[in-house]
Amino acid sequence: MELKDKLLSSFMVFEDRVNDESKNLHGIRNEAIKTFQEKGFPSKKDEDWKYTSLNALLKHDYSISPQQETAIEFKEVKKYFIHDIDTYKIVFIDGKYSSFLSETTHDGIDVCLMSAALSMPKYKIIIDSYYNKAAKADHSLTSLNTAFASEGAYIHIPKNKVVEKPIQIIHFSTGNETSLMLQPRNLIVVDENSHVQIIERHQSLTSNVVLTNSVTEIFANKRAIIDYYKIQNDNQDASLIDNTYISQKQSSHASVHTFSFGGKLVRNNLQFFQKGEHIDSTMKGITIIGDKQHVDHNTLVHHIEPNCESHQDYKGIFADRSTGVFNGKVVVEKEAQKTNAFQANNNILVDDKATINTKPQLEIFADDVKCSHGCTIGQLDKDALFYMRSRGIPKKEAKALLTYAFANNVLESVKINALKSRINKLIAQKLGVNLGFDL
Amino acid sequence: MLHIKNLHAGIEDKGILKGINLEVNAGEVHAIMGPNGSGKSTLSAVIAGKEEYEVTDGEIFLNGENIEELGPEERAHQGVFLSFQYPVEIPGVSVTNFVKTAINETRKAQGLEDMPASEMLKKIREKAELLEIDRKFLSRSLNEGFSGGEKKRNEIFQMAMLEPKLAILDETDSGLDIDALRIVANGVNKLRSKDNAVIIITHYQRLLDYIEPDFVHVLHDGKIVKSGTKALALELEEKGYDWIKQEATI
Repeated sequence: MELKDKLLSSFMVFEDRVNDESKNLHGIRNEAIKTFQEKGFPSKKDEDWKYTSLNALLKHDYSISPQQETAIEFKEVKKYFIHDIDTYKIVFIDGKYSSFLSETTHDGIDVCLMSAALSMPKYKIIIDSYYNKAAKADHSLTSLNTAFASEGAYIHIPKNKVVEKPIQIIHFSTGNETSLMLQPRNLIVVDENSHVQIIERHQSLTSNVVLTNSVTEIFANKRAIIDYYKIQNDNQDASLIDNTYISQKQSSHASVHTFSFGGKLVRNNLQFFQKGEHIDSTMKGITIIGDKQHVDHNTLVHHIEPNCESHQDYKGIFADRSTGVFNGKVVVEKEAQKTNAFQANNNILVDDKATINTKPQLEIFADDVKCSHGCTIGQLDKDALFYMRSRGIPKKEAKALLTYAFANNVLESVKINALKSRINKLIAQKLGVNLGFDL
Repeated sequence: MLHIKNLHAGIEDKGILKGINLEVNAGEVHAIMGPNGSGKSTLSAVIAGKEEYEVTDGEIFLNGENIEELGPEERAHQGVFLSFQYPVEIPGVSVTNFVKTAINETRKAQGLEDMPASEMLKKIREKAELLEIDRKFLSRSLNEGFSGGEKKRNEIFQMAMLEPKLAILDETDSGLDIDALRIVANGVNKLRSKDNAVIIITHYQRLLDYIEPDFVHVLHDGKIVKSGTKALALELEEKGYDWIKQEATI
């Protein structure tokens, strides 16, 4: 059976099984499955999927709702946590919540489970106001997630709270004996003047095939500050389609850093909607891949109101036969005067067989704006390599140092030091060197 | 220390060096002068092992060993240092981190442990002082936004840190004002000893007022056409290169 048909036929069973009270949710799910049925999986015929094919991934016979629970010892997975600082943790194993690995809270803020939020009356107001309100209803993969979503992270920060501890959301997968498809769903609502930092990671622990289709909705209310970090360093049997929607109100700041070092195929759909004035939206990324890995960044910033800013800075380093895609769209509506929108995408192709497709798209309807974009594709500077080697730094280390230097300014805006040094280590690991210092 | 025999080298089928013979012994300072396009920078790049250049004939021996097969880093590990005419900017890597990496990679290649941090710090402080380099300068990105003089001073600072056996200074004097020239020359002179050698590649003789060479060679059209003592440099300064070119064509 084709995966699409399998999903459609599983939906009824799933709908009967989920235990939540809200009729509203049933309606949302039924609408979503209809959209997915109509649109199906995207293909290369879709403009947005021209350079990324899901075909190979869709051939597997995925288990859609694993029944079996798998226990994991903390020491086995400690390395995937940022463990040298105090954090809240929301951890899932094969889509199921692991209370043993998690550290949630209801002390003034809610850092807990989506399944609880969807079923318990005390969360109803927030769920009714925000759930599925930022996610794009006509997007087939998002709809697929909406139809099947039952678990994920639920974070609500009421107004005037600065959350000191970062929150880690970690999705482990073991897939037991089979291939596994996961549909995690996260909702993050940050009220006025509040500040939160979140680190998200998807990590497969076996060589079983995993396909994750994740949806995260983030709401930044007035003057809220949200810093979101995505660590994508999964093994090469795991693929990820990440759909993140951020809706911002007046004077809020939201930033998303995406570090893509692993996985077989990674597609990031990242969309910002600016619904107020004086909003700042930042998206940055470092992609370092090799072998036959594929990473696709598809971003959208929708400038709707005046006096807002957006900053995009994506760096890519592609080795072997790896392929990268960057498609960055900036829309500036007629009302959005005095918009400042910056976009940069710089790439290095390390090997002859590596590929990058980069495409900036600007749609500007306002006349008093500052918008800039720049894409570069190059190689490591030969003169710089010779310079470094002539000082005794071997070729491999010299290349690594240049790569570090190339990616460095993206790391500068990472506000959690423990995370920054972790990313430094991951980069060194990815490049196969030990440089003995952090940049 | 360095023995070059009938060296022919070029880039993309274009011959530039056409039979260089040169012997440099420990304790000596050699100046190589010559008009633009005579092959001075090519010679220094070929000794340092730049891969874009192809050696078509002849040999280079370092301490008796043919170094043709060695990469630039391996030559550096054996004590070769090239001060670049145009030092490369490397944003995102500080001067200190770069120098530390260079020293420790060299030590690693020589089978030594990393230099202890306190020793490294002391050495950095000492050499920075010698070259009148401000502490703040050391935490800046390597060569990024440095003035011409700062870049050259930074080259000599790295040389002082790495303590090479054979230092090649490629047009280190170009772009230096008189104060910077004095500082750089002072740095080089402090390094001179009976165990190491210096090759100064220059267009003008003014650096040679500060660093006195034992030998002066004139390079023209890829060959050393005249060798002499410091007096030759003065003669060149006075008469220019034309008489050498004429002599060479006769």
